[in-house]
Parts: sequence; structure tokens; C-alpha cells
Amino acid sequence: MVLADMSNELSGRVAIVTGGASGIGAASAVLLAAAGATVIVADLQDGPEGPGRFVAHDVASEDSWKSLLADVLKREGRLDIMVNNAGISGGPGNIETTTVENWQQVQAINSEGVFLGSKYAIEGMKKTGPGKPASKGSIVNISSIAGLVGGAGPTAYTAAKGAVRLLSKSVALYCAEQKYDIRCNSVHPGGVDTAIFNPLWQAMGHEEGKAFIGTRHPIGRMSEPGELGEVILFLASDRSSFMTGTEIAADGGITAGLMRRSLLAPS
Amino acid sequence: MPRLDGKVVLLSGGASGIGAATARMVVREGGKAVLADRDEAKGRALALELGTAAHFVPLDVVQEPSWQAAVAATTERFGALHGLLNAAGVGVRNSIEDCTLAEYRRINDINSLGTFLGCKSAIAAMKESGGGSIVNISSVLGLRGAAYAMAYSASKGAVRTLTKNVALHCAQMKYNIRCNSVHPGYIDTPMIAPRLEQNAGNMTGRQSLEELHPLGRLGRPEEVAAMILFLLSDESTFSTGSEFVCDGGLTA
Repeated sequence: MVLADMSNELSGRVAIVTGGASGIGAASAVLLAAAGATVIVADLQDGPEGPGRFVAHDVASEDSWKSLLADVLKREGRLDIMVNNAGISGGPGNIETTTVENWQQVQAINSEGVFLGSKYAIEGMKKTGPGKPASKGSIVNISSIAGLVGGAGPTAYTAAKGAVRLLSKSVALYCAEQKYDIRCNSVHPGGVDTAIFNPLWQAMGHEEGKAFIGTRHPIGRMSEPGELGEVILFLASDRSSFMTGTEIAADGGITAGLMRRSLLAPS
Repeated sequence: MPRLDGKVVLLSGGASGIGAATARMVVREGGKAVLADRDEAKGRALALELGTAAHFVPLDVVQEPSWQAAVAATTERFGALHGLLNAAGVGVRNSIEDCTLAEYRRINDINSLGTFLGCKSAIAAMKESGGGSIVNISSVLGLRGAAYAMAYSASKGAVRTLTKNVALHCAQMKYNIRCNSVHPGYIDTPMIAPRLEQNAGNMTGRQSLEELHPLGRLGRPEEVAAMILFLLSDESTFSTGSEFVCDGGLTA
């Protein structure tokens, strides 16, 4: 079998990656750019390195979405790929300790941010300019294994990621019904070595912390951001053209089987 | 022996629909029902009808102090809290393109924040009562998406995973408190009344909803209440963090 040359498969496509300055976002920005896409890194602050054009962006602000989309349509002239990756853990908090304020902050970024990102992605993809190839749009929403199971994160985070999981399906079905040629899927990472675990790295040390989280995964380790970037690239590309409204777990096997009681995330 | 002998149950949305049907069943099975609802007139009327085993408290599910007052009124009236049903909710049709941020937040606040606050407020009183059972009403749309129920579906997806998080926390803390979600199909309640008026093609609104269910009809509130009663009772003591589907075969 001869594999197609995929080095330029996203040539001419424009991608926005929220939270693109670090972690899973930065890793997917690198891979999207390597596949030929023009990448806009939308984040609160620019990262140290990256292949894309940086735009300061707050996913929880609708005004910020409006100006980001206007800017991209003006500068790049089209939008094909939206990776709604920005998110926060919100810090520890269980059903007894989570405050309304914490709940609302986590929903604003992790749930409302993905809602707005999906909404403005569709608007941008529909506005692909005349004389240009029709958009084969792909929206990739980053949920979490906490959107699949209950013991993998803080309470507010778990609820927000559950909302993203179902929101993505409704977006997929709506776009299909409208014949928009826009797909939407959710990705559910397990433990990924990113800044979201900074408090743990500070408490245990990076290597010890990674090993500790790794024991919760059947595969025996955490994932690197690039492993999630590959999943996102696949969903962004035409290689996944029949996939929409589905949920992809990339979690080292956590949700395939049984979680031992002693390994439940401490809350 | 009645199935809920002496158990005290607080029901949000207890004045109508699934909440009201469950309240009737709770009282019939020997339990105490505290009807918590925004609709005072309806709630008080039903409490009056159900007699001394029932009580009404006003509740605005998005306000934490309102939940705390409802729980306090429950333990003051009946001396304990063993069961919580989070049935209050709002069903709105919208798509990703026509839903505003304000509307997305409003629906998620009532359905998801409201359920979170119910769980949070009840746990302390349940601990003092020796344990309990929390039942959260999600939906088949917490399991599947829908093009025109985007925000509702998102909020019910949040309830689905929130429920598992609460269940595991309580298990880990050895609180003897269980928490499960119930996923009804389209049930003949006031929530879907507007849908029944909307004709779809050559079908009436009712027919178009009935057609979604392999059983060929809408569900009755009593059919969901029967599942909730099982979860509130000691018949379900090994069930926690689970999804109980009552949908006439819709998700099959």
C-alpha cells in the first residue's frame, strides 16, 4: 500500500487554535502548520515559540470572538478549522467545596467558551470568500475524560466537559442538517503533560508527578501534548471526513475499563 | 412495608410534571415529600392535597441561599433528609447559530447550576440523616445531541457527568449517599406542551414526538416517577453514579 503524501494536505486552509500558545494547543498548532495550514494562535498571552500568527483572545468574551473572527477574515480571508482547546482546571473543588463563583468561572471558559467558539467558527466558515474553494470545515472541541466519567477531575470541570461533549453532538447534527459541510467532534484526553498540572508538579516535582499520574492510565504513563495534536490533526483533516458528532478518547485506556478505587482523582 | 417508609424527600420542580408525579408516589409509599418549586400556587395546592406527609417550600434553583433555606425547612419540618430529586428544569429549542450567550447561560444555570446547588446543599443534611439518595433528572439529550436543542443538551450532558462526580465523591468519603441520573425521553408534561402545538409537515406536534419513540407514544410522568422511586428507595442500594434511561426505546 502506498500512503498518500500528507505533508501539504491542509495547504490553503486556515485554522484557529484557542489556547494555542501552550500545551495541547501549541502541539496541535505545530502539526497543523506542518500539514500546510495557516495557523492563528488565539490565546491570552503569546507563548515562547509557535508557528502561527498570535492574536490576543479571551474565549469567555463574545466581543473578543467577534474581533478575532473579523481579524482572521480580513487577514487570512477564510476559516476552515477551529480547535476549541482553551480551558482551565479551575483548581481543586468537590461537590461540597465548590463555590458558585468557581463554578461560573469554569463554565464561562470551558463551556461558554466552546459554545462561542463553535458559533463563531460556523459564522466564519460560512463566510469563506467568493472564488475560493468551499470550506470543508472542521470544529474540534477539546473535552476531557472528565466529560466521560465522574472521577477524573474537579466538580465544576467535570460538568463543563460533559456539556462540551453533548454540545459538540448538537453542533454536528445541526451543521449536517443545514448541509454546511462542517463537521464537529469532541476529543477526550486523559492526563497530558501540560501546565494544567502545574500545581501537582510544584507539589511533587515534574518527573514524580508524571509517574504518579501515569499509574492511573492502563498504558502506564501520561501522554505528551503531541499525541493529542495528532488526534486533532486527524479530525481537522479530510482523512476524518465521515466522522461527525463523535467522541474520541485519547486517554491511555482509562475509560476502556475499570478505574481502581484507590486511583480515583483526589478531590 | 411501604417502599419509602419514613424517608424524607425534597423535590425541586415538585409542583408539576415528573416532580409532582414523584411526590404523589413518595407519599403513597410512606415517605414525606417536600415540594420545592417557583410556582407557589401549584406547589401549595398539591401539598395540601397530599396532606400532612407533604410540605411546600418556595425554591429558586439558581440561588444557593434558596436551596439552603429549602433544606433547612425540610429538616425542620420532618427531622431529616434522605432523598433529593432534582427535577426542576427548562426545555428550550435553539441551535448553535440562533442561541445567544445569555440564553445559553440561562438554560445551563437552571438545569446544571441548579442541580449542582441541589446536590451541594443536600449532602450536609443527608450526612446527618445517616445517608441518602440523590436523583438528578438529565435527559435522553444528555446522552445524544439534537440540532435544535443545543443548549438544553449541553446542560443535560453536564448533569450526566456531574452526577458521576458526586457519586464518586460521596463513595470515597463513605457518606452512604448515592447519586444517579435519570434520562427520560419525551414525557407528557408541561415542559413539552409548546412542542405539541407545533405541527411538523403532515404530522401534529404530538405525532412527530411520538414517532421518535419505538414504543410509539410519549412517556407518562408516572413511568419516570416509578424509576425515581426505585432509586430513592433501599431497593437500589448498590446503584450509584449510573445512568437510568426511561425513553420508550429512543436511544436503543
